[in-house]
Amino acid sequence: MTQAATPILAPVPEARPLWPRLAIGSLAALVLLPLAVIFASFADPQGAVWAHFGEFVLPRLVVNTLWLLIGVGFGTAVLGISLAWLTAVCEFPGRRWLSWGLLLPLAVPGYVLGFVMIGLLDFTGPLQTAWRAQFGAAPQIPIRSRGGVIAVMALTLYPYVYLVARNAFQTQGRRALEAAQTLGLGRVGGFFRVALPMARPWIAGGLALVLMETLADFGTVAVFNYDTFTTAIYRAWFGLYNLSAASQLASLLVVLVFIALALEQRSRRGQRFTAGGRADRGQRIALGPVARWLAALWCGLVFAVAVAVPLAQLLAWAWQSRGDLDVRYLGFLYRSLILAASGAGLVVLLGLTLAYALRARPGRGASFIGRLSTLGYALPGTVLAVGFYLPMSAIDNGWIALGNRVGEQWAPLLGGTLAAMLLAYGVRFLAVGFHPVEAALHRITPSMDEAARNLGSGGRDLLARVHLPLLRGGIATASVLVFVDIMKEMPITLMTRPFGWDTLAIRVFEMTSEGEWQRAALPAITLVIAGLIPVLLLMRGGDTEQIHAT
Amino acid sequence: MQLELLNIAVGFGTALILDDLTLALEPGEIGCLLGASGCGKTTALRAIAGFEPLVRGQIVVGDQQLSRPGWTLPPQRRRVGMVFQDYALFPHLSAADNIGFGLRGVDAARKRRRVAEMLDLVGLGELADHFPHQLSGGQQQRVAVARALAPDPAVLLMDEPFSNLDSELRERLSLEVRAILKAAGTTALIVTHDQHEAFAMADRVGLMHNGRIEQWDTPYNLYHRPASRRVARFIGQGVLVPGVVAENHHIRIPLGCLPSLSPLAAGTAVEVLLRPDDIVHDDASSLTATVRAKTFRGASILYSLELPDGTRLLALVPSHHNHSLGEAIGIRLDAEHVIAFASET
Repeated sequence: MTQAATPILAPVPEARPLWPRLAIGSLAALVLLPLAVIFASFADPQGAVWAHFGEFVLPRLVVNTLWLLIGVGFGTAVLGISLAWLTAVCEFPGRRWLSWGLLLPLAVPGYVLGFVMIGLLDFTGPLQTAWRAQFGAAPQIPIRSRGGVIAVMALTLYPYVYLVARNAFQTQGRRALEAAQTLGLGRVGGFFRVALPMARPWIAGGLALVLMETLADFGTVAVFNYDTFTTAIYRAWFGLYNLSAASQLASLLVVLVFIALALEQRSRRGQRFTAGGRADRGQRIALGPVARWLAALWCGLVFAVAVAVPLAQLLAWAWQSRGDLDVRYLGFLYRSLILAASGAGLVVLLGLTLAYALRARPGRGASFIGRLSTLGYALPGTVLAVGFYLPMSAIDNGWIALGNRVGEQWAPLLGGTLAAMLLAYGVRFLAVGFHPVEAALHRITPSMDEAARNLGSGGRDLLARVHLPLLRGGIATASVLVFVDIMKEMPITLMTRPFGWDTLAIRVFEMTSEGEWQRAALPAITLVIAGLIPVLLLMRGGDTEQIHAT
Repeated sequence: MQLELLNIAVGFGTALILDDLTLALEPGEIGCLLGASGCGKTTALRAIAGFEPLVRGQIVVGDQQLSRPGWTLPPQRRRVGMVFQDYALFPHLSAADNIGFGLRGVDAARKRRRVAEMLDLVGLGELADHFPHQLSGGQQQRVAVARALAPDPAVLLMDEPFSNLDSELRERLSLEVRAILKAAGTTALIVTHDQHEAFAMADRVGLMHNGRIEQWDTPYNLYHRPASRRVARFIGQGVLVPGVVAENHHIRIPLGCLPSLSPLAAGTAVEVLLRPDDIVHDDASSLTATVRAKTFRGASILYSLELPDGTRLLALVPSHHNHSLGEAIGIRLDAEHVIAFASET
């Protein structure tokens, strides 16, 4: 401290470092690679296949997809907005626990709710059986229908709208309504003419996410045998063994995704202009004696149908098939955990790299390309699976052919499809892993770095004493979110897993395609429990600021 | 000299942020760089701290050269402490741990003693275990000062140290921090845009403009003997009144004839700086001026006056002399010397 520092002179850093540009560029390339691959597939026209597709398949896919988008979009909007308004602004019995209970559908994958609903309401299901025993002929509930898929997907996806709308109403709904009342509008008029238009950018953002999830969904539509682009891609690959046709279908799906993405980006621009101050949350609208029970009934009904009843049914089935809790089940669990852990590790590493690269090289160009590399969350798993499988298997085949040339039996360089699977995970979930890490890194201001260096701490010491302690929370959040997302992930795992690598999600897929609902229940309930972890994190998120500050 | 900047230049090519900047501080002296935003004052601090390389000149602390063109001693080896504008406290460390951050390679007992000493110095003994977010703005500021002082730096730099605080707190803390620095015998260089803060804290003040120092002097001289028109305008209030240089270093202005401190040839047309306190209200005076505007300041009133020939003046008058607009009042010149600048033609 007190002795004079030895005058070791360091050369002044002249040029800015190259690695941030390299890192940002390669991550963006990683996102663009699968897109390039699938669009390149049109170089290999599949005349015969398309003649068949064009006449029989494609029209049905388009009609099915459009109906699904309209239905799910409408359903989630009605559910999400009504529930958000009631829990954010009104007061009724059970509001406190329902306001977070209504987030729980986030933990239930669509394919799980789907098979539970089919099993429950089908002709042979417990409901109809009981009805027949009691009254003779039972009314048919056409659950295996377009309406059924839409209902199930709306019930699992509405939280995206609910969350953002609730936030918007909480921060501005009450105050905006008061302003409207002083200007002579009633409660209903105030809602439709002031509160709802003010929350519109957020709701549009939530709806765009819903539409992207709807387009990306594979598991739910597969359970219902409802043909959309994702299932068509799967069947072109594993039924017709025609990868070019699969890629071409994937590229059509990507075009639809980009439309939803454009909608989402537009809605973000609107959010900047209407961001309002924080209103006091103390006062809520006290509903009338009948209205308050109606509100409770509506929220409770949604909770029962989306969470309580399916969970009870799952538990019942899991108990019936408890014999399945054996070494095989542990194998599924083990492989799910291994894949989720390695995928989460990779994603967090990529996320950290991107966050540090953007920090080292701020600027409009870099942040645009940085945003581009997190756009993978919009790409359906089926698209990524095809887009990465093709180049990876080409490299592996080339490698094996090279081995044969020199008379050797070389193992696949990239571990068969393992590399494709991990890369697809990486691109699909980079945004999920990047945002918490970036938020944490954002709180380490450049002046903190300078202060540390000024106090004699640099390089590794600076990372260990300042950065790591401050990033720990963000890294943990990112890891958990990605881990759970990968556990629930179905299409990438299904299409690119190495031989024999069946996970819990794959087990659910296989059992449900055979209609064995009971035997799908145990792995399904495991996934739901894992899915609860990020929901709990989210619910604590209300006071994240405080958690991060301490 | 404890700190010396010799003709330093910082920037790229022709776009220099600092150009030919020179200043020096004796051990224990507190200096201040004063200037509008964008004048380069923060860049000067960052160059001393080692965050900006030099294009020309050199920086010397004690008898050690820290920077010269092409060579910069890294910040962590300079023994130059810095208090950042946003304090840059580490949010995951308590006040005591923040203060002890720079004490590396010191045994635990000595470290504890030094941290306690610093907490004492800034008067935060009881808040040692508090985290930054549990401290008020003023307390955070003092932790930042203590943290920078703990490793016993050869020079302490402070970047707009009070800009994040409200104005009352700012005045109190600037005196407190001056007392702390004087008690520790620290050589310090402060950057601010607030001249009251500069006058309250510093032994020497440099007014900066366009990457250069216009005048490096005591606060008294900066106010009463500005070296240039620009300094005269920036510091304090006053007006420039036209005049002519007479014989014997006197200058004739509409209000009379006064000894001048500026060596100018007789007959030169000049502008004379008159501060509001150079004009005294005197009912007996034959010289009168009309009140054009007034600002009530509690103890005094600042009058804006107009002479019969149209010359405008400012006068600071005790506040019980309350005159209304348009009234003519007697005034008298009360200055031993005046500062004059040759008229711009």
